[in-house]
Amino acid sequence: MLVLLGAAPAASAQAAEGVRPNSTAKVTDSMAQRMQACVVCHGKEGRATNDGYFPRIAGKPQGYLFNQLKNFKDGRRHNQAMSHLLQHMSDDYLRDIARYFSELDLPYPPARALGLGAEQQQLAQSLVLKGDADRKIPACVACHGDNMAGRLPAMPGLLTLPSDYLIGQLGAWRTGQRKAKEPDCMAEVARRLSADEVGAVARWLSAQTLPLGTKPAAASTEPLPLRCGSGEP
Amino acid sequence: MTTKLLGRRLKGALAALTILATFAALVAWRNVAGEARIEPGAVQAPASDGVIARGAYLARAGNCIGCHTTAAGQAFAGGRGVDTPFGVVYAPNITPDDQTGIGTWSSAEFWRAMHHGRSKSGRLLYPAFPYPSFTNVTREDSDALYAYLRSVKPVGQPNLEHGLRFPYDTQAALAVWRALYFRPGEFAAEPKQSAEWNRGKYLVQGLGHCAACHSGRNFLGGTSLKTEFAGGLMPDATWYAPSLATPKEAGVQGWPKSEVVRLLKTGVSEHASVAGPMAEVVFSSTQYLTDQDLDAMTQFLASLPVKQPEPAKTDRVDAGGFARGGKVYEAQCASCHGDRGEGVPNIYPALAGNRAVNLGSYDNLVQVIRHGGFAPATAGNPAPFGMPPFGQTLNNSDLAAVVTYIRRSWGNAAAPVSSLEVLRVE
Repeated sequence: MLVLLGAAPAASAQAAEGVRPNSTAKVTDSMAQRMQACVVCHGKEGRATNDGYFPRIAGKPQGYLFNQLKNFKDGRRHNQAMSHLLQHMSDDYLRDIARYFSELDLPYPPARALGLGAEQQQLAQSLVLKGDADRKIPACVACHGDNMAGRLPAMPGLLTLPSDYLIGQLGAWRTGQRKAKEPDCMAEVARRLSADEVGAVARWLSAQTLPLGTKPAAASTEPLPLRCGSGEP
Repeated sequence: MTTKLLGRRLKGALAALTILATFAALVAWRNVAGEARIEPGAVQAPASDGVIARGAYLARAGNCIGCHTTAAGQAFAGGRGVDTPFGVVYAPNITPDDQTGIGTWSSAEFWRAMHHGRSKSGRLLYPAFPYPSFTNVTREDSDALYAYLRSVKPVGQPNLEHGLRFPYDTQAALAVWRALYFRPGEFAAEPKQSAEWNRGKYLVQGLGHCAACHSGRNFLGGTSLKTEFAGGLMPDATWYAPSLATPKEAGVQGWPKSEVVRLLKTGVSEHASVAGPMAEVVFSSTQYLTDQDLDAMTQFLASLPVKQPEPAKTDRVDAGGFARGGKVYEAQCASCHGDRGEGVPNIYPALAGNRAVNLGSYDNLVQVIRHGGFAPATAGNPAPFGMPPFGQTLNNSDLAAVVTYIRRSWGNAAAPVSSLEVLRVE
């Protein structure tokens, strides 16, 4: 499809009118401008809230974001809108996009009521902080960082993500709809969790918040509880 | 029944059979006419690096990888489906794997596929493989392509069976189609034109297979000289490939040549950007072509005789819907495309006077608004600007309102679009 510019340059008409600045006055040749295509779903500057479905992308580790962009492009993750947007992008540009969002330092939405009964709350908290050694389920904090703001190079932060999104992702891993580079550690963890546990953990994670300026944890010097292909070079 | 009546019926049946047999013979003859006999050929010895490199370049010009590779698949291993009105046609594995690819093909067999549209086994090929264009490719270029494809990594990946409906899945139906619409051709240079122009014509009508999308097709998927480059709905009915025969659509008659070359090389020019299937063409094919070849293609395209499209119908616009469209525009579109659809040069296309906006077919505008998209990332435009997929937040009625508003504002005068029509766009 080819697109032609209209004949009249608008600036002069605008100046003559002198009422209000043109809506495009703020358009700049910048990365932020280029990423305007993402904000309709991921929120202003990529900081979607804990409502709805779309995940926050601001402040997640660059490695994680790059892997997801590749996963959508190459069909390991399925979302029609995402694969459409990414289909004609180079790895270099995907890396730049991942870096841009990873470097954004933006406030998190406030904590909110859990909406969980006492028993479920305890179940969630125990899985998140301690895991279940008998069933070989590692604690979330063991990989995603002590405050679950993510871990370099490629573990995502989990807090404030919409619970529907978290349930959707864990469900997709259990059914093989979502895949990561082998060995796919989250697929293993998701399959070991019951549906009830997935629901409780998702709601618990979604309701927490993080202080402004929280960064992903440094890369682990110890081996992680499970091998994860996505964190390996 | 009398003997006389029986005799008449017999005669009638015989006549019908004769006509049928003649027709079948004609169809059969049409399908092999002009083919040289292929000697049971040995697979050719490896070609020189120069020939392989030329073949690699030609494979880019033909965008072979576009159909013969899936999103996450291995290069040239096939498996991508082309949706057509007759069912899905899957591109085969063209890596040099002996079992599942074309490892045992000779260069003569490869040439027969390119030139005559027949497989090594003799089977007729579906024209989703654009041999009606590739038939214009020279034997020398076909051999270079063959040499290149022999040099890529062999991948053992069995071909998928086409998902075509009866009768389109039969060789007989295909033979009839070919008898009607396909003639093996040989590229003939026009001596009155320059060497560059002829090179451009060769690329556009051969490997470039531009006509495969940018031509009108009848209900059998056939094209004619009359409809060549006149624009048409893509075979999968998702996008409209605009006419190259009028500057009102995608024709480049009257464009500065450098802008056409820039558009094909980088995906954007000062006043235009490519979207949809053409973004894919730039991304995996034309960005790799030399400036000389792009210049040559431009020369040929700019010389295409202009055929004006039929004037668009001018339905009345419902005032309430138009006003609602204006509100949606102000809230969602104006911050990039401007209060008067003037756009931002080199960043956001203007919508006022925009050719894609004013097409008779509203399909592309709906696609762009619904799915958004980035211009292709190319060496000349490595960090493209993009548009959000508004289908995530706008319903069909909002989409129709804003599409109509854009098509009827700032001097645009295309037909309004209803929400039912928006719904029809896949």
